[in-house]
Amino acid sequence: MKKLLPIAVSLAALTAMNVSASTLEDVQARGVLKCGVSTGLAGFAAPNDSGQWEGLDVDLCRAVAAAVLGDSEKVEYVPLTSKVRFEVLKSGEIDVLSRVTTWTFTRDASLGLNFAGVNYYDGQGFMVPKALGVTSAKDLDGASICIQTGTTTELNAAEYFKLNGMTYEPVPVETSAEGRSNYIAGRCDVYTTDASALAAQRSVFEDPTAHVVLPEIISKEPLGPVVRHGDDQWLDIVKWSHNVMLNAEELNITSKNLDERGANDKDPAAQGLLGTNEAKLGAMLGLDKKWAYNIIKQVGNYSESFERNVGKETALKLDRGLNALWTNGGIQYAPPLK
Amino acid sequence: MSIETKKYPVGMHPALPPPSGSVGPLRWMRDNLFSSVSNTVLTLLGLYLVYIIVPPFIQWAFIDSVVYGAESRKECLAIMGEDRGACWSFVYRRWGQFVYGFYPIEERWRVNVAFILTFITIAVVLVEKLRANKPVLIVGILLPVVSFFLITGNSLFGLVDVPTNKMGGVLLTLIVGLSGIFVSLPISIMLALSRISKLPIFSIIATIFIEFIRGVPLITLLFIASTLLSYFLPAGSNFDLLLRVLIMVTIFSAAYIAEVIRGGLAAIPTGQYEAADALGLSYWQSMRLIILPQALKISIPGIVGSFIGLFKDTTLVVIIGLLDPLGIGMAAISTTAWAGLSTELYVFIGLFFFIFCFSMSRYSLYLEKKLQTGHNN
Repeated sequence: MKKLLPIAVSLAALTAMNVSASTLEDVQARGVLKCGVSTGLAGFAAPNDSGQWEGLDVDLCRAVAAAVLGDSEKVEYVPLTSKVRFEVLKSGEIDVLSRVTTWTFTRDASLGLNFAGVNYYDGQGFMVPKALGVTSAKDLDGASICIQTGTTTELNAAEYFKLNGMTYEPVPVETSAEGRSNYIAGRCDVYTTDASALAAQRSVFEDPTAHVVLPEIISKEPLGPVVRHGDDQWLDIVKWSHNVMLNAEELNITSKNLDERGANDKDPAAQGLLGTNEAKLGAMLGLDKKWAYNIIKQVGNYSESFERNVGKETALKLDRGLNALWTNGGIQYAPPLK
Repeated sequence: MSIETKKYPVGMHPALPPPSGSVGPLRWMRDNLFSSVSNTVLTLLGLYLVYIIVPPFIQWAFIDSVVYGAESRKECLAIMGEDRGACWSFVYRRWGQFVYGFYPIEERWRVNVAFILTFITIAVVLVEKLRANKPVLIVGILLPVVSFFLITGNSLFGLVDVPTNKMGGVLLTLIVGLSGIFVSLPISIMLALSRISKLPIFSIIATIFIEFIRGVPLITLLFIASTLLSYFLPAGSNFDLLLRVLIMVTIFSAAYIAEVIRGGLAAIPTGQYEAADALGLSYWQSMRLIILPQALKISIPGIVGSFIGLFKDTTLVVIIGLLDPLGIGMAAISTTAWAGLSTELYVFIGLFFFIFCFSMSRYSLYLEKKLQTGHNN
């Protein structure tokens, strides 16, 4: 059967030599958004038992699809490993990369990519058994620490201990599963990785309450969606799809009260968001009038997405922390929709 | 005693049964398991190892395990209580994903039919009695075309198109593995014949191709397929990722098998080539009737070894974002519901690959025995 397949599709490939115009036009012509996500990371992107992708990163893909295509289900999820994610994005195989990618200077400046915002502020933390009685990372002098080799985690920990004049004994592990089993078996006193991943690991323990994540966060890991250089309109669309969710939370507009607020909302900011006033915000992005309405209606505001995927009601039980709105003591701050 | 009293003529005494202890299981054990001190020690050590490994494994995998009724690892643990066994529930709950990937549920019957058709094709190709019947053979070879349209969809027959990125799990492994195996074999025979050809153009091209492909790891070829190829293709063209992977896997295994077959060709005595020439056979006739049947027979263990390697290499596609059974399983155990079940996953996936690879290796043994013409013992 496969003998025919190559011939048929190479012909199709050769005949389809249409020149790509813009990412927006490509996506609209295709009718589906190609979104690069994790191959599986609890709370951020993973397929559920019925095969639907779920997570905070997935919700960003859905928001962009709702804005561009009017339907948050029109997403083709492309699971990517961290090794290939940038190459796949640059080669045009996907339209947006939403895969817990840390925004760093080098990546932004040298890879030919643009970061379109931060949908989760993460940072490296430490987890210890409660029985150890440690309350601060400053007390960890001489501890043995399970660390994944070859990651920024390793460098961050080395720098942190050096800066604070402390020593530690690294226990190198290859995967998070190996780190977890080593930590549980007591081969290391401390387990370090990104705080959200620590929470995910802890949720699997038989007695999660017997372990604490120390308050010190020793690195900045702003995670956000990434797009290719050279298509500013598309960058704006992805950036504002995220900002709409933040603004909606700030205005207290949710997927549930959206229709009530609707036409009779006096707040000009809300009117802009709902597309009920004369300001044609969608048109400026090349989108229709209901782009923001569709995002909120189908995906929800940032708070809804956060609580549904990683919040207190989920197994991860993550605090809003840094990811609270700026009005609530966090640093999630979206420019106004005006 | 009757034996002592009965008289026989000299040399006519019927054969007595051998003394107890020189036949039967006891004798076998003494000869094979306890023939010397070191063998006895090794036997006891082996028995002890079996004792400490097998019963706990059976206890864990079958007796204390949970399959039904749990929707997360927590529920599994609650059902098990104190006895910690395996939690197979995630395999049960995600069985559809393991078999079909994200193939639409209402269309999965098409995959099932294609599985059955593929099974028939394999039976026709492998079983000599079926293969000997011309019409059966033709139908068997045409069935994969039907399977292809069933799986990808075709508007002519009213089948909805299913994009290849929805395919995953066992379906993906079988598509990549089987098409790699069936397409690469004829290509590799051509490559091997080209490489030993006296015409320089053929031998040079085949040598360059084989050495280049063999000099590059499969994972590199997959990377090229998944990312670099898009730079060369015209912008906006949509060259299916699965198809690119299939092409890469096929040429990779063709290059390896070509060398195995070349080894077989080299083992044929020159006299066979000369005899074929002396009979006045053309090049293709001599290859088809005399050289290749012998060369391929010699190459069977090597070819099947390559096939098994290829089948297991299909797990590499997870790196470029295609979810084979291992990828599906990794995604499953990275959800909050099923996190922490890596042992169960690896045991399950190991069993899956073992069944397929072991069947291939048994078939190759059977084939070798059947084709054994008694020259070499």
